[in-house]
Amino acid sequence: MTVRAKLFITCIGEQFFPQALKSTVTVLERVGVQCEFPEGQTCCGQPLLNSGFQSEARGIARHWLRVFGSGEEYIVAPSGSCVDMVRHHLPDLFPAGSPERAAAVAAAERIFEFTQFLVGVLQVTDVGAFFPHKVAYHASCHLLRGLGVRDEPRELLRAVRGLELLSLSQEEACCGFGGVFSLIYPEVSQTILEAKIRAIAASGADVITACDPGCLISIAGGLVKMRSRVRALHIAELLAADTSAR
Amino acid sequence: MSRHFPTIDFRANARRVAPAVPAAVQRATMRFLANRAAVVQEMGQARWEDLRRAAHDLRLHTVEHLDYYLARAEAQILAAGGAVHWARDAAEARRIVLSIAQQHGARCVVKAKSMATEEIGLNHALEAAGIEVLETDLGEYLVQLAGQGPSHIIVPAVHMTKEGIASLFRQRLGVDAPAEPQALAGIARSRLREAFLSAEVGITGANFLVAETGTLVIVTNEGNGRMCTTLPPVHVAVVGIEKVVPDWESLTVLLKVLARSATGQKLSCYTSFITGPRRDPAEHGPRQLHVVVLDNGRTRILRDARARETLLCVRCGSCLNVCPVYNHVGGHAYGWVYSGPIGAILTPQLLGTAVAGSLPFASTLCGACSEICPVKIPIHEILLHLRRRAMEGDEMDPPVASGLIRAGAKVSAWFLRSPWLYAAAAHLAGMMQRPLWRDGWLHWLPPPLGRWTLVRPFPTFQGDFRSWWRRRRGGRIAARPPRNGTGRDD
Repeated sequence: MTVRAKLFITCIGEQFFPQALKSTVTVLERVGVQCEFPEGQTCCGQPLLNSGFQSEARGIARHWLRVFGSGEEYIVAPSGSCVDMVRHHLPDLFPAGSPERAAAVAAAERIFEFTQFLVGVLQVTDVGAFFPHKVAYHASCHLLRGLGVRDEPRELLRAVRGLELLSLSQEEACCGFGGVFSLIYPEVSQTILEAKIRAIAASGADVITACDPGCLISIAGGLVKMRSRVRALHIAELLAADTSAR
Repeated sequence: MSRHFPTIDFRANARRVAPAVPAAVQRATMRFLANRAAVVQEMGQARWEDLRRAAHDLRLHTVEHLDYYLARAEAQILAAGGAVHWARDAAEARRIVLSIAQQHGARCVVKAKSMATEEIGLNHALEAAGIEVLETDLGEYLVQLAGQGPSHIIVPAVHMTKEGIASLFRQRLGVDAPAEPQALAGIARSRLREAFLSAEVGITGANFLVAETGTLVIVTNEGNGRMCTTLPPVHVAVVGIEKVVPDWESLTVLLKVLARSATGQKLSCYTSFITGPRRDPAEHGPRQLHVVVLDNGRTRILRDARARETLLCVRCGSCLNVCPVYNHVGGHAYGWVYSGPIGAILTPQLLGTAVAGSLPFASTLCGACSEICPVKIPIHEILLHLRRRAMEGDEMDPPVASGLIRAGAKVSAWFLRSPWLYAAAAHLAGMMQRPLWRDGWLHWLPPPLGRWTLVRPFPTFQGDFRSWWRRRRGGRIAARPPRNGTGRDD
C-alpha cells in the first residue's frame, strides 16, 4: 500500500531552504512515499503567536486549516518547530466545540516532522544515503522538548554511509534564535549563538546539521559571521545525498 | 502598586551586564545542574517524574483551596502561641514588620535569606526608620554590602567573583582580604556572629507553611536561618500565601524535589521546623513569633486560570540554571528581585504589564524551564500567554504594544495568510535584496530587520521549490534535486 503525504514546506523553509525541501521530497520518494504539495500553503502562524498576536495568528491558522485540514493522508514538514505549533498550539486558537477546533485536532494527529515520520511512522532508519563527512547534530528545542524527538535524527544519521557523527557539547542547549526573540533582544541572541558556534567549532565537525530551518538560518549566519568553514545543512540534505550525486 | 516601579527595559539592562558575569553565573549553574542530574539519576527518572507529578498536583490543589488551608494554618499558628498578620500588599507588610520591630525597640535586626522580604523592599523601609538590617545568608550579605539585589533565587551573589568580593570587603569593611573563599567567609562570619547576639528581631521568610500544625519550614545550607530564628527574642516570618502546604505528608514530597532541584542535594544542610514561639521560659528560642501572610498580587494571579500555575513555584532556581538567556545575562537584567524564566512570568504579573511587559519576551521559548521545573509549571506556555497580554491585552491588563507594532502585526498577518500576497512579498523581497547581496548573504538590512544583521548575516530569499515542483510534475526534471539549489528556475 502506498503511503501518501502532503508536504508542508513551511515559510522559512520555502524562502531560505529550497534545497532542504527538494531533498525532503527525494528522501520520501526514495522510501516509497507518494508526496503531494498543496499549492495554497503559506505559514502556520507561529511568528505571530510567539509575538503575542494570538488573534492575528488565528487568521493564519485558519488559512492553514483550509489547505491542510481535510483528508486522511499524513502531513510531513521538515521543521520540528512548525509541527510543534500545529500539534500543540493550533487547536487552542479556536474555541472548544468549534468545527475549526475539531479540524485542528484532527490535523494535529496527522502531522509529523520529517525524521519523526521516517523513523516513527515508516520505521525506516537507513534511507540509503552516502555522506562522507564529519557531522555534528544540533537538537532543536521545539523538536526535542515540544515533540519529544530525541533519537530519531541520530538513528538516521548513524545509518548514513561514510558519515562520522561527532558529539557536540551541550547539543540540547538552545542556539539563541527564538524567532521574534532574536529581533527583540539581538545582543542576547548573539551571545547564546556564539556559545553554540564555539561548541560547533570545538566538535571538529565539517557539517552541522539540524531538523529546523529556523535554527539553521541563525547558525549558518553565525558561522559566516565568525568566519567558520563549517557548513550548516538541513538533515534532509544529508539524507538525500548518495553516491550517484558525488 | 505598579506606579512605584519604573518600566523594566530588559534590553538596556542586558547590555549593561559586565563581561565577567556570564562566566561566573555559568560556573555555578553548570555545577548545580550536574549535581541535580546525578541525584535524579540515582533516584531513577521514572520515580523522579512520579514525584514531579505528585508535587504539581498537590501544589495545584493547595493554591486552588488556599482559603481553606490558610484558615487552618492561621488557627494552628495561634494555637501554638504565634501571631498572624495578614498583609494585602507590600506597603502593609512593611508597616506590620516595622511596627513589630519598633514595639520591641529594635535597633538591629538580622535576616535570613527571603525572596518575600526582597519583594516587599523591607530592608529599605526598616533602614529608613533608623533600624540597622543585616543579611546573614553569605550571598545576601554580599549583595547587601554591594548595594545590589539578588541575582539568583538561591545564590544571590552568583554574579560575583572571589576577586570582586575581596575588593568589596576592602572598600566597604576596610579589611585586606585574600581572594580566597574560606578567608572571605571567615570575615563575614565574624561580623555576623556579633549581630546574631545583639539583634532584637530575627526576620525570615519560609519555604513552606504546614497548615496541619502551623509549622514554618525553613531550608538553608548555612545555619544562619536557625540562628535568626533562635537567638533574637522576636522572630518575624514573611510568608507568601502560596507557601502553605496541607500536611506533613505533602511536605515530604516538596522537600524531596526542592533540595534536589535547587542544589542537587537530597536534603539541604538545615531544614528547620518552627511551630510557635518557646512555650516555657526555660526553653531556647524567641519569646514571640509573628507570621506575616503576604498577598501582594498573588490572589490576582490566582484569578487567571491560564497563569495560575505560576503560584506553584517553590523557588528552587532550577529554571534559571537551565535557561540560555539567564545564563548569558545573569539575574539583574530582569530588573527586579525575581529573575530567569520564573521572573519573566512572575514579575509581569506582580508588577503589571506596564512595568514588566518586556520580560515575557526575554526567552527563546526553548522550553528547558518547563522541562526541568520540579512542580511542572508550564513556564513557556505562560510566557506566551503573557506575551499576548502585553501585545493584545486581556481582562487582567491593557496592551502595552504601540499602535505601529500592532499595525505591523496586522499587515504581516495579511501577507502570511493570503497565498497571493505571500508570493508577491517573497518575489518583491527577492528583487529588493539584489543590491545588498554578497556571497549569498545579506550583511545589512533596514530596521527592524537590521537587528538581525547586527548579529549575523541574513540568508537570501531564494525560494524556487514551487517552480521546481511544477517542472518536475511536468516530467522535465529527474527525481533527483540539482546539487546546487540556489539558482532560480524561472
